[in-house]
Amino acid sequence: MNYHEADSTGVGPALTDPGACYHCGLPVPAGFDLEVRIGGENRAMCCHGCQAVAEAIIDSGNENFYRVRTEAAPSARDLVPGFLQEARVYDLPEIQHQFVHALEGGLREASLILDGITCAACVWLNEQYIGALPGVVEVRVNYATQHALVRWDESRIRLSEILQAIRQIGYRALPYNPGQQQELHRRQRRQQQRRLAVAGLFGMQVMMLSISLYAGAWSGMERGFEQFFRWLSLGLTLPVLLYSAPPFFHAAWRDLQSLRVAMDLPVSLAIGIAFASSVVATVNGQGEVYFDSVVMFIFFLSASRYFESMARQRCAASIEKLVQSMPLTTTRVNNDGSIEEAIAAAALVIDDRVLIRPGETVPADGEILSGVSSVDESLLTGESLALARRPGERLLGGSINVTNPLQMRVTAVGADTVMAEIQRTIERAQADKPPLARRVDRVAAYFIGAVLLIVICVAGFWWLHDAGRWFEIALAVLIVSCPCALSLATPAAMSAALGKMQSAGLLVKQGSALEKMNQVTHVVFDKTGTLTHGKPTLERVYCNPGFSRDHCLRLAATLERHSEHPLARALLRATRASKSGHADHIVSTAGGGISATVDNRQYFIGSNEFIHARTGLAIPRQWQDSLVVDPLTAVVLAREDRILAMFSFADSVREDARALVESLREMNKSVILMTGDRNATARDMADRTGIGEYRAQMSPQDKMLAVQALQQQGACVLMVGDGVNDAPVLANADVSMAMGGASALARTSADIVLITNRLRAVVLAFDMSSRSRNIIRQNMVWALMYNFGAIPAAAMGLVAPWLAALGMSLSSLIVVLNALRLLR
Amino acid sequence: MEIIYLLIPISLILLAVIVWILLWAVRDGQYDDLEGPAHRILMDEDKIVDTQKKSRRGDAG
Repeated sequence: MNYHEADSTGVGPALTDPGACYHCGLPVPAGFDLEVRIGGENRAMCCHGCQAVAEAIIDSGNENFYRVRTEAAPSARDLVPGFLQEARVYDLPEIQHQFVHALEGGLREASLILDGITCAACVWLNEQYIGALPGVVEVRVNYATQHALVRWDESRIRLSEILQAIRQIGYRALPYNPGQQQELHRRQRRQQQRRLAVAGLFGMQVMMLSISLYAGAWSGMERGFEQFFRWLSLGLTLPVLLYSAPPFFHAAWRDLQSLRVAMDLPVSLAIGIAFASSVVATVNGQGEVYFDSVVMFIFFLSASRYFESMARQRCAASIEKLVQSMPLTTTRVNNDGSIEEAIAAAALVIDDRVLIRPGETVPADGEILSGVSSVDESLLTGESLALARRPGERLLGGSINVTNPLQMRVTAVGADTVMAEIQRTIERAQADKPPLARRVDRVAAYFIGAVLLIVICVAGFWWLHDAGRWFEIALAVLIVSCPCALSLATPAAMSAALGKMQSAGLLVKQGSALEKMNQVTHVVFDKTGTLTHGKPTLERVYCNPGFSRDHCLRLAATLERHSEHPLARALLRATRASKSGHADHIVSTAGGGISATVDNRQYFIGSNEFIHARTGLAIPRQWQDSLVVDPLTAVVLAREDRILAMFSFADSVREDARALVESLREMNKSVILMTGDRNATARDMADRTGIGEYRAQMSPQDKMLAVQALQQQGACVLMVGDGVNDAPVLANADVSMAMGGASALARTSADIVLITNRLRAVVLAFDMSSRSRNIIRQNMVWALMYNFGAIPAAAMGLVAPWLAALGMSLSSLIVVLNALRLLR
Repeated sequence: MEIIYLLIPISLILLAVIVWILLWAVRDGQYDDLEGPAHRILMDEDKIVDTQKKSRRGDAG
């Protein structure tokens, strides 16, 4: 019996809608009927790329992928053909020595960075598929970091073939050299795990002994055993204290030196006091011991810090790909005009001349010497349209040259490039420890001051009145006032909330953002890439009389097959590539269009201006009116003597945008759309999503000022955006969210990243923030009540130390259990 | 009850062994990926791929 036979119908409705591509979940263009048989039924595919990938998956016997996945697969629409050529570079020994380790017996090992992993089933699919390749010995994919470790037999398979195979099932893989940063992360992670392990294991032993001691105190216990157990507890607590607790002590010491009071100080104080008094009691053979409280406290705190840093490292891993996008090799042009192939990109120096062919990645920052081409900077700037670049203009390392060969003079290399600057910003953002809620810190500061004062007064009072009891009572006050529960109140609730949100695809980088979300009154959305998919799709075809829609589409597809422009790709997606014919004499003009001969006639396709410049023809007036909406999203097809057709494109709205806006309205938040687009486009978008207020034609500067103006009126603003232009607004808003597909800079400046790209998760974030606020409040009230109720009793000498210890453990336990309610 | 003076040292030895095993597991990277294996164990039930792999390997070898 297979466990998944019960739901052999395949993917749930949440994954792909009936009208969407079964593989990637994007809408299937109208009139498109590609199908693949999966799970006994024919499933619709949106493009030939997805079809090929789905077939590769089925044919290799990995159909299970579709049953167990929890997210739609990455779309294969944009897979660039001819990848094998490009991948061959990785077989060159001088390139391989950077990241491939040679093992015994002709085996090689390399780390790959995988792009396109959306859920655990992707990991499984990659492992199964790569592992089944003849010659691959071992493959291990890490779900959290999305890195793969591959071992292969060089005599039977080459690295480029492995990379190509991964490409075939719809993922992208690049070898990488684990840098220092990643090595550091790994070491940190393992140290935290070791600390957690030691605290947990020794803690359990101490707990076990404590239960015997409590039972013994109840029913009577031989004195010798009691002392033996106490010494044993002391011995077992020592490793926890010395190995797992030092991070708290170091942080507390740092705080003291800089005269700040943060939560680490009361934490260290609590640990220190409880341990010291237990040691005194053990040595003297009288009084109570609190070793169980000490170990439990250290274990819970270490666990919550571990989860917190895990979240940050995971976010770092998703941004890491950026760094890996710099090419390893490049083509250098020498002064005498000779061309040197496969030069290591790291060997480039300023003023070198570099040749960048179409499809290649720019290896360093530079200035174009010759050639005109479109350049895709989406990785750096989030700008989804390729931009035209001419001689004298700047090229950014990491961007992709799309249409024509370019020659560039290198102006910055290595650490001076824009890419390196972005990387540094990211690293800085990661190094910043998320500030624990400031309010708690303030409360703790007053609390400690008060406690110390009370202890001194109580000790003084009892010393004067009953000198025999002063130490015992002062100790009871200290124990009872140990702020364990208070210190745990926020981190326990936070780690539970962050864990819950992470499993729902929300990566919270700033814990304080969660708290702030409660105050949010206005939610501001960016349009492109946030409310929309950020990719154009064919919307309408206008044909001149005498030309059929099919004929025009076929011609357009024939011409556009040679272009990497996003609109061209959108057009190809909407047509059947198989129907396209053959074209000759193809000339592409960056930022303009393409001309080519088909069946001995010359055709042009491109922007309105391009057509006008080439043929002197203008489009009919009635078409022009529809262009008013947005001139950038239309393509005109023409012959030398006649305009044939015009295709208009629109950016499709995310399916859950409307539902999100409705839910936000129910929560009484004002929803505003701010966009750089024209008024008509903005209104259209506002209508379609149900947003009441929209502001159009805003520059990034305008957006920032608008947000600041709102804030001055007392609003608390949540900004949801994605582009690099959004980075300043994101940084200015009270709380910021970036889409998972956003530019690196936007993701760095955002407090919360939506990894799954599902807008509905925004509602969950609001929900979790109000629930966690309630839990934290309950915890704080409880902890303070316990502490302040118990202190007077202890000060009057009414609380026996064993009762104080029990109270301390119980109050902490209640706080933790209360926080765990968030996980439900 | 004097048996406890024997039992406890034994439990301590066990503890030492367990701690050593756990630290080894951490060093070995077994805790680096806590989510993947949970899914993997369920999905590996289908052995079609494995048999293919063996036959292919057999062909090549």
